[in-house]
Amino acid sequence: MSTQQAKLDDGAPMIEMRGVNKWYGDFHVLRDIDFTVKKGERIVICGPSGSGKSTLIRCINHLEEHQQGEIVVGGTPLTQDIKRIEQIRRRVGMVFQHFNLFPHLTVLENCSLALVWVQKRPRREAEATAMKYLERVRIADQAKKYPGQLSGGQQQRVAIARSLCMHPEVMLFDEPTSALDPEMIKEVLDVMIELAEEGMTMLCVTHEMGFAKTVADRVIFMDQGQIIEENAPEPFFNNPQSERTQLFLSQILGH
Amino acid sequence: MANEKTLVSARAAPNHSVGPVAWLRGNLFNGPISSVFTLLAIWALIAGLTPVFEWAFINADWLGETREACDSGGACWVFINARFEQFIYGFYPDELHWRVNLTFALLAGLLAWLAIPRLPAKRWAAVLTLIVFPVVAFVLLHGGIFGLQLVPTYKWGGLMLTLVLAVVGIVGALPIGIMLALGRRSKMPIIKSVCVIFIEFWRGVPLITVLFMASVMLPLFVPTEVNLDKLVRALIGITLFQSAYIAEVVRGGLQAIPRGQSEAAAALGLGYWKRTGLIVLPQALKMMIPGIVNTFIALFKDTSLVLIIGLFDLLAIVQASLADPDWLGYAIEGYVFAALVFWIFCFSMSRYSQHLERKLHTGH
Repeated sequence: MSTQQAKLDDGAPMIEMRGVNKWYGDFHVLRDIDFTVKKGERIVICGPSGSGKSTLIRCINHLEEHQQGEIVVGGTPLTQDIKRIEQIRRRVGMVFQHFNLFPHLTVLENCSLALVWVQKRPRREAEATAMKYLERVRIADQAKKYPGQLSGGQQQRVAIARSLCMHPEVMLFDEPTSALDPEMIKEVLDVMIELAEEGMTMLCVTHEMGFAKTVADRVIFMDQGQIIEENAPEPFFNNPQSERTQLFLSQILGH
Repeated sequence: MANEKTLVSARAAPNHSVGPVAWLRGNLFNGPISSVFTLLAIWALIAGLTPVFEWAFINADWLGETREACDSGGACWVFINARFEQFIYGFYPDELHWRVNLTFALLAGLLAWLAIPRLPAKRWAAVLTLIVFPVVAFVLLHGGIFGLQLVPTYKWGGLMLTLVLAVVGIVGALPIGIMLALGRRSKMPIIKSVCVIFIEFWRGVPLITVLFMASVMLPLFVPTEVNLDKLVRALIGITLFQSAYIAEVVRGGLQAIPRGQSEAAAALGLGYWKRTGLIVLPQALKMMIPGIVNTFIALFKDTSLVLIIGLFDLLAIVQASLADPDWLGYAIEGYVFAALVFWIFCFSMSRYSQHLERKLHTGH
């Protein structure tokens, strides 16, 4: 615990959000969001559906546009400038609920594509890097297959490897296990836990409270577009402060 | 334990592959009514097809030079034989037919190179087909340079002209259509409205009107020094007209690709053109194959409309030959021949598209 604490304090801010607001039409989806993720921190965001947690992390790599406030990623402020957005996206990896692998490309091509076309690496080198990360998520033997031939859990592990190939400084997970059959959740969580243990900065929207307890430095609870509560996992689960957090936790842990 | 079930081992599926007799009984002679209808249908087929078969093959005349050779009462294929060169090459000078042959042999070779998976270096094949070949084809067909005798386009005709119109139309309309479809989905208002207006304009007017405008009206508006060739005007008209149709087919395909695909590509740092070219379009084009080929087939057949502006494509030249006093009365043979040629090309496109669909299927 003490070593972890030391790392937290030393970490430079990786993501800073100040007064971020966003509307879908008239619907106020993010309200006065302020928070900071330091380098090496693992943060779990939870909350009821429609609370804006996915929208929040999708603003970080500008898949969604925020209308007010400031987002700074690794010292670079996020603006409308498309070059700067692409620069930030190269440093931020993202894993989606529905995997979003490219179905017309093999697993290996899925992973090496951005290395070749964004980082301009030679194909051979890109494929070697891709194989390295596919081995890391224990799926190298499927490299020549197409995503449609893999199970959900396998696809999500490929999606994680695809992101890791770009050497991101921070990984965003948008409900990575919600679309999986129960028996496949563990294989994905195991990979995520390993990643956390290696010191990757992670921001996970998830309902896997076991994962939150194991690896999170902080748990954030969101409701109706606001951050309601933010705490280390132990006090968050054992002693939630707000009534809404208590209600939410009783509903998802109660069964 | 009573509750514990042993695992059931897999068994073979019940056998459905039955012999031809059982198939006949099951499908054609399944009860008295079914049997009666089957027999009626067989009788109708024989009664209907026998005369056609006799006309086209048994009583037909194949060899000869003039109509005197046609005395068997069946089809007079002598007419097609005698006019074959004209049907294929139009009024292209006889001694220069090799240039047309060479052009289309080159095209066939390049297409085979592109289509047969085993042949290597597809990238070069594509460059040759799309960039080098059009120049070579123009030089060969039109001439006027490198010591090749000039053959003005009003001498082009027949199948050769049909193929020129169709190939240029297809190769020109596809990229323009894709750009229009992307433009119509753009968030930039000016680009979007330009594309919408363009597509809706060209889709709203009949091709005949377009060809008439290109041939009759356009020369009235441009200065007389600018003498754009009639064939070029028709080509531009056909290409723009078909690109509007292609654009809507492509847009349908683009809309079918989940947004997550583009988002995942964006999250990896790929810019708009790379997302579109590497991720969205390859998937969308695969889904659009039936629609695009459908448009191509329609385009191929629509080329015969150029006869109204005085270009003699295959159908027009067949029709013109029917008016020849030496060959009066052989209209059916002429039209059957033209239909057969059109059908061969269109059916080939259709088959190739089915093959492509199967080949590109990756199990999603």
